[in-house]
Amino acid sequence: MISKDQVAHVAKLARLSFSEAELEQFTHQLDQIIAMENELAEVPTDGVTPTTQVSDERNVFRADVPVTGGPTRDQLLQNVPESKDGLIKVPTIIDKGEADA
Amino acid sequence: MSNSDYLNYDLQTLHQLLVDKKVTAVALTEAALAKINAEQPALNAFITINQKKALARAAELDAEGIDPDDLLAGIPIAYKDNIVTNGIRTTAASHILDNFNPVYDATVVEKLDAAGTINLGKTNMDEFAMGSSTETSHFGVTHNPWDLERVPGGSSGGSAAAVAAGEVFAALGSDTGGSIRQPAAYNGIFGIKPTYGRVSRWGLIAFGSSFDQIGVFTRRAQDAAVLLGAISGHDAKDSTSSEQAVPDFTAAIGQGIKGLKIAVPDEFFGEGIAEDVKAQVEKGLQQLADQGAIIDHVQLPHTKYAVPAYYVLASSEASSNLQRFDGIRYGFRAADVKNLDDVYVRSRSEGFGPEVKRRIMLGTFALSSGYYDAYFNKAAAVRTLIKQDFEKILATHDLIIGPTAPDTAFKIGVNDDDPITLYMKDILTISANMAGVPAASVPAGFNAEGLPVGMQMIAKRFDESTIFRAAAAFEELNHYNLETPTFKNGGNA
Repeated sequence: MISKDQVAHVAKLARLSFSEAELEQFTHQLDQIIAMENELAEVPTDGVTPTTQVSDERNVFRADVPVTGGPTRDQLLQNVPESKDGLIKVPTIIDKGEADA
Repeated sequence: MSNSDYLNYDLQTLHQLLVDKKVTAVALTEAALAKINAEQPALNAFITINQKKALARAAELDAEGIDPDDLLAGIPIAYKDNIVTNGIRTTAASHILDNFNPVYDATVVEKLDAAGTINLGKTNMDEFAMGSSTETSHFGVTHNPWDLERVPGGSSGGSAAAVAAGEVFAALGSDTGGSIRQPAAYNGIFGIKPTYGRVSRWGLIAFGSSFDQIGVFTRRAQDAAVLLGAISGHDAKDSTSSEQAVPDFTAAIGQGIKGLKIAVPDEFFGEGIAEDVKAQVEKGLQQLADQGAIIDHVQLPHTKYAVPAYYVLASSEASSNLQRFDGIRYGFRAADVKNLDDVYVRSRSEGFGPEVKRRIMLGTFALSSGYYDAYFNKAAAVRTLIKQDFEKILATHDLIIGPTAPDTAFKIGVNDDDPITLYMKDILTISANMAGVPAASVPAGFNAEGLPVGMQMIAKRFDESTIFRAAAAFEELNHYNLETPTFKNGGNA
């Protein structure tokens, strides 16, 4: 059984927040899904190499030179929610400590 | 025939009409747009209709004249909305990207643009391609043109419905665990997921990078072979794309079925597979045998574990891929945020829908400290066993054939609160993604309710040609693929 605390911990790792009601529902659903996942334990896999990719196994190299012809700075900033002077604007990163949090 | 039938023609006929100027690219585009707009309230196959630019491009092509060598010039197509299109909104059917306007084209878009196809718009899908019904879309469900009360399948449900309804000649989709083949089956058309690495994923919004492949929906296997040829090949921008030469995928079409060695896995006809689906696929297999195919019954013993292994692995990859959606550089940013962490958490929590969150949570759990070995590594080892099952059978057979999906299109809403029942819908399609092999769904007739059934054909890595050969030959036996949807339960739509 996965607990509500565990789900809350995973949510924190995933940068997601849930209301109390959502947390209940996600705990219930994740518990069902993880119960399904536990069927994998039945499969003997001692000595089996895990597969994490199915492309041709090779490394891809290229010369360490700048790639040109990509999007311009202006283009890249087109989709930025808030920008100023060609830079991306974000809220305060370091909390000055006025609040208790 | 009326203009609205053009999109159901075969490619060669349509091309000839364009070359001979019996129909212009503009007229074809207008016919497609008229049909898309008229059916949009009933089907909702599109998220964005590319009306202006499509007409402008068609006019350009008409001015240049359609060259007899450019088979795809002037042909109206659509893209699943997780394939980025320069200057055309691309959302992955998610609120978190609903204002995203890409500044570049996916490689497949570049290639098809160069071949002269006309982009009619971006099709609906499950959010971030996570789902089997198109119900998780932020933009509402797509309806199945065979029965509007039913789902079109998913995640590429909009692409499949648009092609089945004749709104566009062809559409691209993506397939991570069956997202092309299952909707192709539910809509009674041809859909192929090529070999992993055959098509560049540059510009495909990533879900499970070791599974994702872009593929094609058409009414006819032969036409899909032409389109797949146009989008295949190595791309420096996707280092998992293969350097294997791209053959003429149409070359083997016409060679028939005789002598093909076909493996039929017992597990694909077992518990949980609807009787009417089994019956139609068995009927098809008998026809293939009558044409001289050699049919062997085989076992794929790890099939049962494909769903649990896939959901751990694909969700783990997704949890990593979707970290980029943080409200900083593009996409939705939550309002009234106090600090940087708030931007991340609130933008993601308000931007993603419940199914995407479930998968991010499952993936994050499976990769987290203390669970990595029991879940991620275990699933990756099971993937090896599934892959070996396939390699063993395909070493001695040309094709593996079975149903594409365990059932036919289900009613909208029936599986809303039951993720596991929905996940099990992928049981027959997931394995091909686990093994990286090419697989297609070919129309195999209808059940008693008139709903399409799909037959799945799976081949060796880089042997799409055999799928096209067998699928085209099978189409000739019944012409199920030429049946057009009835818009049942459509009122006066």
